[in-house]
Amino acid sequence: MNDPSDISRMKPAAFELPQFAELRAPKLRVAGVSRKFDTPNGSSVTALEHISFEVRPGELLCIVGPSGCGKSTLLSLMAGLDKPSAGEIFLDGHRVDGPGTGLSVIFQELGLFPWLTVLQNVEFGLKMKGMERAERRKRAMEFLRLVHLSAFESSYIHQLSGGMKQRVALARSLATAPDVLFMDEPFAALDAQTRDLMHEELERVWKETGQTIVFVTHNVREAARLGDRIMLLTFRPGRVKSVFPVILERPRHLEDADLAMTAREVLAQLKEEINKAVEEEYRHAAKD
Amino acid sequence: MRRRIEKLIVFFCLFAVWQIIYRLEIWPPYLFPSPSDVFEALRAGFSDRTFLIGMGISMRRIAIGYGISIVLGLLLGLLIAMNDFLENTIGSLVLSLQSLPSICWLPLAVLWFGLSENAILFVVIMGSLLAVTINTESGVRNVPKIYMLAGRNLGANGSRLFLHVLLPASLPYLISGLKQGWAFAWRSLISGEMIFVSLGLGHLLMMGRDLNDMSQVLAVMGLIMFLGYVVDRVFFVNVERHIRSRWGFAPTS
Repeated sequence: MNDPSDISRMKPAAFELPQFAELRAPKLRVAGVSRKFDTPNGSSVTALEHISFEVRPGELLCIVGPSGCGKSTLLSLMAGLDKPSAGEIFLDGHRVDGPGTGLSVIFQELGLFPWLTVLQNVEFGLKMKGMERAERRKRAMEFLRLVHLSAFESSYIHQLSGGMKQRVALARSLATAPDVLFMDEPFAALDAQTRDLMHEELERVWKETGQTIVFVTHNVREAARLGDRIMLLTFRPGRVKSVFPVILERPRHLEDADLAMTAREVLAQLKEEINKAVEEEYRHAAKD
Repeated sequence: MRRRIEKLIVFFCLFAVWQIIYRLEIWPPYLFPSPSDVFEALRAGFSDRTFLIGMGISMRRIAIGYGISIVLGLLLGLLIAMNDFLENTIGSLVLSLQSLPSICWLPLAVLWFGLSENAILFVVIMGSLLAVTINTESGVRNVPKIYMLAGRNLGANGSRLFLHVLLPASLPYLISGLKQGWAFAWRSLISGEMIFVSLGLGHLLMMGRDLNDMSQVLAVMGLIMFLGYVVDRVFFVNVERHIRSRWGFAPTS
């Protein structure tokens, strides 16, 4: 990050403006990445094929695709939890070759630790970094305040509602100051009202922290609600089908007409992929 | 409160039935003593301190034997859980040995160690070690993958992942393993103590038999039951309850 040759350090002020975002050095660069899996019967399945794109600093990028397009596989690759069969991934120009604290993931199941209090959960990453007790407590409290959970610092996880758990997970990841935060369908299991609230919450926290976020979802409206751009993946093998910039003012609302228009545009293309998926399923069913 | 009264009434009725059968004089009193005979034997046993000494000796043995079982069982369980080779080999051996009643180790122990303290300890250890091992292993294996993923993602790896994620995540299982191990250790200890002049509770039980003193036999049985119950209920149940309430779930077995 403190590489002096990094051109983003020499940028004029205008570079900071969102409309010039694409001129800045990418935060994360995915270059020609493929991922094949071996099946038990000896053949191999291509989950992802020749995927290339960039994530800009401070951007909220949404990745959308039909089930089975390899969204989660792509996310594991970017987070360094899995290795690509071909291609490379760069974080701030450095190759990603393993999980690091610079790459933080919020999984759908969250994985909050039930044996720790809310505060201790948020402190966990800092403790692993070797931060001193008093300092990490202070920092964890700051992030609990950010997600409006200061009052629950000494609660245990099972005492929290679904939305509160999401916010703890958000605080826990953000506290480690990741370069990129990955979110894998985090709100999929929430009820509609809680999800609306979490969208607002995530948007606010993202604005306040300037965190670069990659958000994986199968919900197009959610992507249009949150994303600066939406990247659509094809059905197996997953490729980049198209990238939609979402030029809508924030804060956005799910009910906005413009948002519905954007979603409709994305959905039209997504439909093609879903149909392919359904066809393939029928073909499999016919074979059995 | 109501449940407590129910309990009291039922227990009282059982004692009454006992007393009635005693009064019917079907069996001679030395084979079928009255509740007050047993109570008297208990009082006598405590007043001449034989019961106290017996309890002390038995508790000391179980502290040593069970302690060794815990340390070895936890280590062995962890090793088996983390290594596929060990799980395939030692793991299945442990499972098959677990089906052996612990008293089966007694002849072997007597041949190896003679009628000694070590023979009893050996039986106690063999009785409880496997239960602790098996529960530790399944506890570690059943830790949801998501905790490990999250832990690793937050920068924990190696020994810290073990200490801060794997160990606390498997704690509910470890506790039930320790609880089961305790139950096995306690049973093995009493059977082991019956074989020679070991001065423990098991020996007092056999002494009652040798003296044809049924009231002492029943008194010692009551004592053994009481001690086992206290450790199981008061200690383990409370620890388990505490862990369950904190975790927010009842660990599935």
